[in-house]
Amino acid sequence: MSKLIVEERQVVIPGDVLAEGMDFLPGKGAFREGDNIISSRLGISNISGRILNVNPLAGRYVPRRDDVVIGYIKDMSYSSWFVDVGYAYEASLSMKDATADFIERGSSLSDYFAIGEIILTRISNVTKEGNIDLTMKAPGLRKLHSGKIIEITASKIPRVVGKQGSMISLIKDKTGCSIFAGQNGRIWIKGASPEAEKLATDAIQLINDKAHTSGLTEKVGVFLEKHTLEMQK
Amino acid sequence: MKYTKRLDGRKFDELRPMKAEVGVVKNAVGSARFQIGKTVAIAAVYGPKDLFPKFLQKPQNALLRCYYNMMAFSGSGERVRPGANRRSKEISMVIEKAFEPVLDLSEFPKAVVDVYIELIQTDAGTRCAGICAASLALADAGFDMKDLVCAVSCGLVGDQVVVDLDKTEEDFEGGAVDIPIAMLPRTGEITLLQLDGEISKDDLKKAIEAGKEACQKIYEIQKAALRAKYAQEVVA
Amino acid sequence: MVSREYIESVIAKQMRMDGRKFDEYRPITIEYGISSKSAEGSARVKIGDTEVVAGVKLELGTPFSDKPDEGSIMVNVELLPLSSTLFESGPPSIDAIELSRVTDRGIRESNALDFKKLCVKTGEKVWLVFIDIYPINAGGNLFDACNLVTLAALRDAVFPALTAENKVDYSKKTKTKLPLSKLPIACTVWKVHNEFIVDPTIEEELAAHARLSTVFTDDGKICAMQKGGESPLTSEEISTILDLAERKTQELRRHFK
Repeated sequence: MSKLIVEERQVVIPGDVLAEGMDFLPGKGAFREGDNIISSRLGISNISGRILNVNPLAGRYVPRRDDVVIGYIKDMSYSSWFVDVGYAYEASLSMKDATADFIERGSSLSDYFAIGEIILTRISNVTKEGNIDLTMKAPGLRKLHSGKIIEITASKIPRVVGKQGSMISLIKDKTGCSIFAGQNGRIWIKGASPEAEKLATDAIQLINDKAHTSGLTEKVGVFLEKHTLEMQK
Repeated sequence: MKYTKRLDGRKFDELRPMKAEVGVVKNAVGSARFQIGKTVAIAAVYGPKDLFPKFLQKPQNALLRCYYNMMAFSGSGERVRPGANRRSKEISMVIEKAFEPVLDLSEFPKAVVDVYIELIQTDAGTRCAGICAASLALADAGFDMKDLVCAVSCGLVGDQVVVDLDKTEEDFEGGAVDIPIAMLPRTGEITLLQLDGEISKDDLKKAIEAGKEACQKIYEIQKAALRAKYAQEVVA
Repeated sequence: MVSREYIESVIAKQMRMDGRKFDEYRPITIEYGISSKSAEGSARVKIGDTEVVAGVKLELGTPFSDKPDEGSIMVNVELLPLSSTLFESGPPSIDAIELSRVTDRGIRESNALDFKKLCVKTGEKVWLVFIDIYPINAGGNLFDACNLVTLAALRDAVFPALTAENKVDYSKKTKTKLPLSKLPIACTVWKVHNEFIVDPTIEEELAAHARLSTVFTDDGKICAMQKGGESPLTSEEISTILDLAERKTQELRRHFK
């Protein structure tokens, strides 16, 4: 007899038994031990048919191919840049993936991207040894000027974006800020005033803190409504 | 020597009062405080991050490094001289080993994860409190773990098997044996075992069994602390 | 991560990232006796996200030959990697040494602790007061936090008992407080983009060009100062800073009432 122990969207911790019996299968963040399916992380249970997943509530960003991320230029060699994308190791952006321009041998790479500059970039390849390649060759990828970057838990980015971008559109509309959410948990915000940027920041922080609760769009809507009124006063 | 009644009035299998809180160091990836009696430990996790020198890197895995440290004012006698010493280095190493069987860092090859454990106040059982705090901090940081790790000291005071010895019991004039253990609560497997003192094989087995039961009580406190961080928000 | 340019652009609009005024501290709490089993005195201070703990240990030692009837203090700040990614394991960094020495100077130069009252037997035995300070979460303004936590731990401290042979019995505490007669309080003012702010966050500290710590005694005298940062300060600026620091230390003093 198989038996489900957890309910959908419940907070589970490492070692919690999620289900007993062979009818269920371990998905992400879970493993089988004898008859039982067990959680291997702190997260929220997700029951997808017979598959039991645990979606993380915390944790560092792990790069995946095709992720669009926000990176800081850390260093450069003769032919490539080294970029901090929030992983344990720096990613590399080679000259040929950085620009369609012809770069002459020996010319200075900092004419294109200088140390400390911020880019919206895409991960083109990840090896299992942790080597990461980046590309700038896709629509929308570019250098991000001024504005500020905030960091939240990477696994919560989908909630910041919302279904078909509904959540992020709401924040953009109410605060008038331009916002890019990188899949590595970094979010770029640029608005008309520091107050508008602070409001967008606070709204995103609210999502980060309450990501595992329901009715989130409503909560954020109420929050923004209340504070935009205050700002206009 | 007979030990018929514990000095602080506890039952022989009774733990001192415990308190645990998760998320106490905002700058860290994960953190926790664990208090048992008057022993207070804080643990904070940083990383995974770049590891230098390169020869320390592991191709399949991140390296786990633990740093156990007693604050200078946290000892019962004179000031503890700051900085690592032989004792703190050995304890740090056995704590690392206590986590190796449960922690899966294969998503972060070549990198390092640092766990800093600081003792603010001590009354025996410091490495065990440190492990309990570190276990919560690692879970809070979102790492894949097969189980939490619970730790407690067990042993003999005089002729009596007890759990969770405090300092006065460790110093009992009729002799004491201190056996710190760490256990995986689901399987009962032991990941840390040390012993100071002289004990018969039978008493040792009894002490370890008592310690394992005590670990289950610690496990309940740990689980509650992890859930408490999110519980408030679930209700809201 | 917020760049220096961004912080400056916000400050230039007469605002701060977290909405505070330039002269506004984050909420401050002081807790006493956080390690009362082990330390002779201890305290925890929180200023916003910044949290520091300190403990006082007393030992008997021999006095310096030129001051045979005086005890002494030793202040030590350790910048724990537990508290921030900016700190590393190993021997004390220059930042830790500076924090220790500035904190020490405020106590020592104000004569807040009567060193003569720390004498047990002239020329032979005096009390050495060790004050060890650790950040738990470093979120900016460690200078002022270290000063406050030191004062709190000293106020909390009592002498341990002495045996008949004048040895310390750490298991017994007396009810005698340390001879702390003054409260020298520090306020550090930071210059960011030609404006002066107090109680910076880490980001604001990294964007600052200069800082000046000033320690004021109860009667408004100045007993220690330390300038830091790469930019110079004019006499007019120093005078502006002193006025601001004096006003803020009077406010901070209320936490000890």
